Amino acid sequence: MKSLKRYFPVFVMPTLVAFLIAFAVPFVLGLFLSFTEFRTVSDAQFVGFLNYLKIFTQDATFLNSLWFTVKFAVVSVITINFFAFIFALLLTRDVAGTKVFRTVFFMPNLIGGIVLGYIWQLIINGVLFRFGYSITSDATYGFWGLIILMNWQMIGYMMIIYIAGLSNIPTDIIEASKVDGAGWFTTLFKITIPSCMPSITRCLFLTITNSFKLFDQNLALTAGAPGGRTRMVALDIYETFYGRIGFEGIGQAKSVIFFLIVAAVSLTQLILTRRKEVEI
Amino acid sequence: MKRIICLVLTVILSAVLFTGCGKKQQNALVYFLNFKPESAAVYEELARKYEEEKGVKVKVVTAAANTYEQTLKSEIAKTEAPTIFQVNGPIGYNSWKDYCLDIKDSKIYSYLTDKSLAIKDGDGVYAVPYVVEGYGIIYNNAIMDKYFGLKSRQQKVNSVEEIKNFATLKIVVDDMTKHKSELGIDGVFASTSLSSGEDWRWQTHLLNIPLFYEYKSTEEGKDPTLSLLDAKEIAFKYEQNYKKIFDLYTENSATVKNLLGSKSVADSMAEFALSKAAMVQNGNWAWSQISGVKGNTVDANDIKMLPIYTGIEGEENQGICIGTENYFAINKNVSEEKRKASLDFLDWLFSSETGKKYVTEKLGFITPFNTFSESETPNDPLAREINRYLNDKETTVVPWIFTAFPSENFKKETGSALLDYVQGSKTWDEVKQTVVDKWKSERK
Repeated sequence: MKSLKRYFPVFVMPTLVAFLIAFAVPFVLGLFLSFTEFRTVSDAQFVGFLNYLKIFTQDATFLNSLWFTVKFAVVSVITINFFAFIFALLLTRDVAGTKVFRTVFFMPNLIGGIVLGYIWQLIINGVLFRFGYSITSDATYGFWGLIILMNWQMIGYMMIIYIAGLSNIPTDIIEASKVDGAGWFTTLFKITIPSCMPSITRCLFLTITNSFKLFDQNLALTAGAPGGRTRMVALDIYETFYGRIGFEGIGQAKSVIFFLIVAAVSLTQLILTRRKEVEI
Repeated sequence: MKRIICLVLTVILSAVLFTGCGKKQQNALVYFLNFKPESAAVYEELARKYEEEKGVKVKVVTAAANTYEQTLKSEIAKTEAPTIFQVNGPIGYNSWKDYCLDIKDSKIYSYLTDKSLAIKDGDGVYAVPYVVEGYGIIYNNAIMDKYFGLKSRQQKVNSVEEIKNFATLKIVVDDMTKHKSELGIDGVFASTSLSSGEDWRWQTHLLNIPLFYEYKSTEEGKDPTLSLLDAKEIAFKYEQNYKKIFDLYTENSATVKNLLGSKSVADSMAEFALSKAAMVQNGNWAWSQISGVKGNTVDANDIKMLPIYTGIEGEENQGICIGTENYFAINKNVSEEKRKASLDFLDWLFSSETGKKYVTEKLGFITPFNTFSESETPNDPLAREINRYLNDKETTVVPWIFTAFPSENFKKETGSALLDYVQGSKTWDEVKQTVVDKWKSERK
């Protein structure tokens, strides 16, 4: 134990330094900047809570984007996890070719968000053009476009996590339940789902945070058009910070609020689902 | 002892980790942050040439289209900050004035033919324009000739030369739309591109015209750009004229209204280059885009430019819109040596034989400097049109007063409103209201 302590710096230092430089310092700096007015990060002047006040008085875009993001997150978290779980169930059966399908479903996750956004913009526009519309004709198209895109991208990833969870369930409990006369549905709801609660926790966490923080896909698919009605919070922050001179501090303040919201939502979710996890 | 070894090891390890990030470049005295992506390669060539001739290293970084402000914002905060950067007029100067060096004693300012073009603040001169550009309605004369040769056409207007106002333009355009299959075009006007970041031709350039007329004569002898710059609110008196021309574009377009939100400027220039559209609103910078389209069917000699008519009284004498939104500024927060080297580079670029050759031939700039003789102007068809209008005694050009628009966000909101308007989710009154309201709220 003692010798282990001695080597502490060797093992932890590099990561710690990287963590400090890449996370802790920017985070603290960002927090500080949200209380200042600045043009570039090196010429900040303290203004107190003014930026936070301005978000709600001068700039209506934040609340609109937040509402759009919440709607998006709710729908996408439900659909992604629902489909990912179904796919995982199907692909853990003893059928030939499941490995191939797992790989195929996972692949969209390897493509970058910007590329995906443009690809789906082409596909969706290709369909809508036939009816004389485009993805920017109405915010609804953009909303469902984003949902489809995110599902397509995230389902494979979540599916892999669910598969890992499902294959960890000891077969003897399932056999036991069968002997006790449980049907397929009863087994699913009483044995399978409770046993893979850890996977569900993880998947919910990942989908919730990813849906809230979605940026590339949003930028490439609609860029907020029409009229900013498909602009999610991350894009709104980016546009406030970079697109508007004199609004840098406000953009920074928005991102602090955004951080608090995402942290609160995902921590609540973690606590709630953790409670449901059972030891096997 | 061991502990020390441990510590040393750790430091080395972490040092190794970060060496990749901080790879030292050979220090360049001049760091030029370029605004024009289409000229990136030429500027890099120029930098090499300059190093060969003068032995001074020039670093050129080009911001991707529409991201200049972002790039500048993050670059200028660095230790190796840009030494030459660009502002887009008085509004751009306002946001970067803490970084602009007073260059009233510089050579580059002394070369300026019309000193009033530079951006001044008090006694100082802080930014100098380096290129004069012009925009209007570019048309393909071959298609126009074909149209005027048709027997079944209307008989009121008989040549392009007769188009002198909105009424005559509308007669011709409406009638051309009726004959579009005979002319082999999809629409008279190339797509009114309204996708995000591609709408500047309407929310900036087109809006320039009604606002110019509104501010043309507010105060006797006062420059309209300055009047507009002082305007806390606008009446938007000529909004109906803005609507007229915008409707003319979208109703006679190569693309149906609902799909305009997915079109880019490149799309509409391609339509023009492939003779799928007879007219397109754009400026002389578009020449490289037209000539660069694969399989383009437009003969260089057929490319001409018309003024943008909007039906405002007295427009018979109106020329095309000519001005600049490209100003060079020198970063005052870098070392004296760098500032001098940067000014020397600009001096070389706009007065040495090599520099001038590149500027006229490769960059295709019509410059506002007296170091360029009459023969040293670019020779592409659109640049020739600009020169024609500049020297035309009968018409007066419309200056670019959009450099006094309150903010990028104002333009953006206007563009969004226009998109909503063509898609039918906003009425014209709402568009008008957006322009007026955003002007007021962004001007603060």
